[in-house]
Amino acid sequence: MELLVASAIGILTAGGIYLMLRLRTFPVILGISLLTYAVNVFLFASGRLSVGAPPILRDGVEVYTDPLPQALVLTAIVISFGMTAVVVMIALGAYLGSDDDHVDDAPDEASKGTGDAA
Amino acid sequence: MSLFLIVALPFFGALLPGLMNSAGRQACAGITFTVSLAAFIGLLTNLPAVLAGDLVTARVDWIPSLGMNFTLMLDGLGFFFALLILGIGLLIIAYARSYLSRDDNMGEFFTYLLLFQGAMVGIVLSDNILLLLVFWELTSLSSFLLIGYWKHLPEGRQGARMALTVTGMGGLAMIGGMLILGQIAGSYDLSVILQNRELIQADPLYVPALLLILLGCFTKSAQFPFHFWLPHAMAAPTPVSAYLHSATMVKAGIFLMARMWPVLSGTPEWFVIVTTAGLVTMVLGAIIALFKHDLKALLAFSTVSHLGLITMLLGTGTAFGAMAAMFHILNHATFKAALFMSAGIVDHEAHTRDIRRLGGLRHLMPITFIIATLAALSMAGIPLLNGFLSKEMMLEEATHTVLFGAPWLVPALATFGSLFSAAYCFRLIGHTFLGPVRDDYPAKPHDPGAGMWLPPAILVVLVVMIGVAPFLAEPFVKIVTASVLGDTAEVPKAYFKIWHGLVPALFMSVIAVVGGLLMLAIFNPALRLWETTPRPEAKMIFEALIAAIVALSQRFIHGLHNGAFTRYGAIMAVTVIIAGFYAWSTGTVGAASREMQPVTPVAFAGWVMLVAATIGMVFLHRNRLMSLILIGIAGLMVSVGFVYFSAPDLAMTQITVEVVTIILLLLALNFLPNQTPIESTAMRRTRDTAIALAGGLATMGMAWHFLVRDAIATPISEFHLANSYKGGGGTNVVNVILVDFRGFDTYGEIIVLGIAALLIYALTETLLSGPVRARLLNRKPDQPRAGDMHPTMMVVLTRVIMPVVLMVGFYIFLRGHNEPGGGFIAGLVVSIAVVMQYMASGFSWASARLRYPYHGVIGAGVLIAGLTGIGSWFVSKPFLTSDFTYVRIPPFEKFELATAALFDLGVFLAVVGAVMLSLESFSRLARRAHVPDTEHPMDIDPSRDDPPMTPAQEGV
Repeated sequence: MELLVASAIGILTAGGIYLMLRLRTFPVILGISLLTYAVNVFLFASGRLSVGAPPILRDGVEVYTDPLPQALVLTAIVISFGMTAVVVMIALGAYLGSDDDHVDDAPDEASKGTGDAA
Repeated sequence: MSLFLIVALPFFGALLPGLMNSAGRQACAGITFTVSLAAFIGLLTNLPAVLAGDLVTARVDWIPSLGMNFTLMLDGLGFFFALLILGIGLLIIAYARSYLSRDDNMGEFFTYLLLFQGAMVGIVLSDNILLLLVFWELTSLSSFLLIGYWKHLPEGRQGARMALTVTGMGGLAMIGGMLILGQIAGSYDLSVILQNRELIQADPLYVPALLLILLGCFTKSAQFPFHFWLPHAMAAPTPVSAYLHSATMVKAGIFLMARMWPVLSGTPEWFVIVTTAGLVTMVLGAIIALFKHDLKALLAFSTVSHLGLITMLLGTGTAFGAMAAMFHILNHATFKAALFMSAGIVDHEAHTRDIRRLGGLRHLMPITFIIATLAALSMAGIPLLNGFLSKEMMLEEATHTVLFGAPWLVPALATFGSLFSAAYCFRLIGHTFLGPVRDDYPAKPHDPGAGMWLPPAILVVLVVMIGVAPFLAEPFVKIVTASVLGDTAEVPKAYFKIWHGLVPALFMSVIAVVGGLLMLAIFNPALRLWETTPRPEAKMIFEALIAAIVALSQRFIHGLHNGAFTRYGAIMAVTVIIAGFYAWSTGTVGAASREMQPVTPVAFAGWVMLVAATIGMVFLHRNRLMSLILIGIAGLMVSVGFVYFSAPDLAMTQITVEVVTIILLLLALNFLPNQTPIESTAMRRTRDTAIALAGGLATMGMAWHFLVRDAIATPISEFHLANSYKGGGGTNVVNVILVDFRGFDTYGEIIVLGIAALLIYALTETLLSGPVRARLLNRKPDQPRAGDMHPTMMVVLTRVIMPVVLMVGFYIFLRGHNEPGGGFIAGLVVSIAVVMQYMASGFSWASARLRYPYHGVIGAGVLIAGLTGIGSWFVSKPFLTSDFTYVRIPPFEKFELATAALFDLGVFLAVVGAVMLSLESFSRLARRAHVPDTEHPMDIDPSRDDPPMTPAQEGV
């Protein structure tokens, strides 16, 4: 079971990194979302895996899973929604403003920037 | 008066001149003067204690764990410097009132001046070296503002930059030195450090600490080879030059050397470095000063030279040297500030400071002439003036100092320096005031009003008084010296007197004065020689150096930071992988301690779906709609995984967030192209694949590593489990952590979420008010729209289901404390219910029924959460302490009332507001001009009946 979770984290990360390195905004956003899954699951898994032991206190139950990573990941999920929304908005604004959804500067623009600063 | 108040007064007072600016110049200067005077009187109230040899202290623990405490102390040395800073400050404020013209913003000037004053007083009264560093940097900053006060002058801006660069760099080095010193002594309190002379000097890190601290002192006090910034700082208004760059700030480095004298001095390293630097600075400064034609430049280099003299005296490491240094600080502050102010008067009245255009002013400006002459003669070392006394002591000390094994070296150089010093003083008097009256001054010079000449006159009275009756200053200087020496040496018995008999120092003095007169006689040929000698121009070197550093860092930065996001992403990924690999390969790894759990078929099926969705996304990402569907599957599988591994709260959050995220991305996809074209080369894709695989393997290895091992330390979670019900009153530990144990985190997070939503709203507003608006309104959809804008089935269903969903949200909210649920999840559920109405019935229909703006909902949420936290203050508990009780209202079962529920309500509202504000902003972009906004929920889109679009039309 541990191997499944670990490999799932690895595959999510790999897919996330690959998509994050694409040249258009949309795949980059999806890549970051995949990375978010990977990070959240990773953080969650740091409490180790246990089946059938939710951290809801019950009379007579002694074994509970670690609640702290869950609490941290819960807020992380909500915050990552906020982050995704902001990034999507920025991407959308850039696209609507310039009709271009590249994440990189065009090569000539980049060299122009160098010229100005020098 | 408390020491805190003395330091705080100028800082708080700095607020006043700016406010008083509109009340007139008199009021502005008056309030500044009053603030300084209050601090000055406050300082004087501590005089009896200082005279009695007591140490006045004030202490507040700030960050005790880091050794950072707000501790102040006042001893003789601190009192002496504070007296100079506040006393001369008062004179400068009075002088500046007359000096600044009507075009200058007086409030701004006095604000900077008071900030500087506060920082400076802070330095000299600090007992904690970290606190001292803070004030130290503040003086650099306020000095930067003051030098650049005349923003329209390029020299002012350049001088300010140079001063900030040099002193800031020195400050940086000093931080390092101070931290080492604190580490060695085991405390950052000066009073402790000063007790540990043997410990510190025996430490192998003594030399690095000494070098770093001296670097800070030398840059601040303009010692060779860092002397070049001071003359360029003279672009400042003259009151600033007189105050910062002769009397106070440049003495901060010297103050620190004196302060650290008991622990740092007395070693060969200290002796060689400090004495040599001081000696070189003294001679070099004096020679350059003689050949400067600008009055202020001459005085600036003479200040450099005198600072060198004091540094050299401290470098000797003898008690007599320290005493001479302290005495000379006092004397130099009086005559040099007076000279600067006189130079300012000449500039102000004659409209030039160029000595070559002056001369004969003694008839036109008799008062200024007397003041400047007395001060300059004192600087030249003429008897009956205070400069003579300390110079004599310096020469006396020089005869006993043997540097590099040559007993003649120091006395010879000291005499040589004094000779030039006398020469430039005579030149200052002779070429400015003596000689025939000219008729080509740029303005008609005459003596200024008393407001300008009185402050330097007061200083000159001191110059003469100390010069004639040195015994008046003696007890005070000895108290100061005693606190410099600490308990390392006895205060010398030597008396301050004018006539010591025919000692070598007297002969050296005579040589210097006579030589100085001769030098002035042959000034013109000497000047020609000087001008033909090639010499390095410090400003050019400095600027070339800065340009080289800028070019170097630009090359480095543009390599890494070329505007391509993909490059940053790749660099970050690779760096993290390498750092992780390094940690992995150098760390120690224990054996696996946990048993693996068996794989169930259901879990395996979930894993297969997750992996398939992820891999599918990578291969199919060019079809954007498809990749959106696939990421939905991945998210769903993650939520299922949370359910499986005992995290019901997470599962509920994940699935609801998933829904709103997909809606959000769909809204975005409405505008973005539906396909991603192939652009990257095969090589690039191979490279990215390699990075991705490495990153994936790394995280997998890491996750696998700790999943099969137990935590190396007991997790804090045991505490949470044990106290959740007892202390927090809830059985859902995750929720109790969120709203109680870590409520402050949650509070911060809802604020972040609210900010994100407001940011999205603001960006939308910007887009809709710019050129994008017209394009959006006239946009032609790239695919035919559905004819049924608001499908009847969906409208009916969503409206019917709305109360049910709200009820579910309410239920989830209420049970949250004890069962899976809570504010976050309830907020998301309710948001989905509202979003469904937008989707089904249309934007205008939904917003017409919206009673509260979403900003308000976010604000209310944050406020409720915050007020709940503050509420605990009223029962004298820390912020966000929760309380709960059980009540029973007859028809219902016993239930719990907790303040945490109120906090959770805040969370709930903030989440609803943030999610809805984001989604609403997106959908506002989608409104188009040719589609009328109707209130009718079920209508037909007329554009459907338009003829189908052709590519030619699309391009319009």
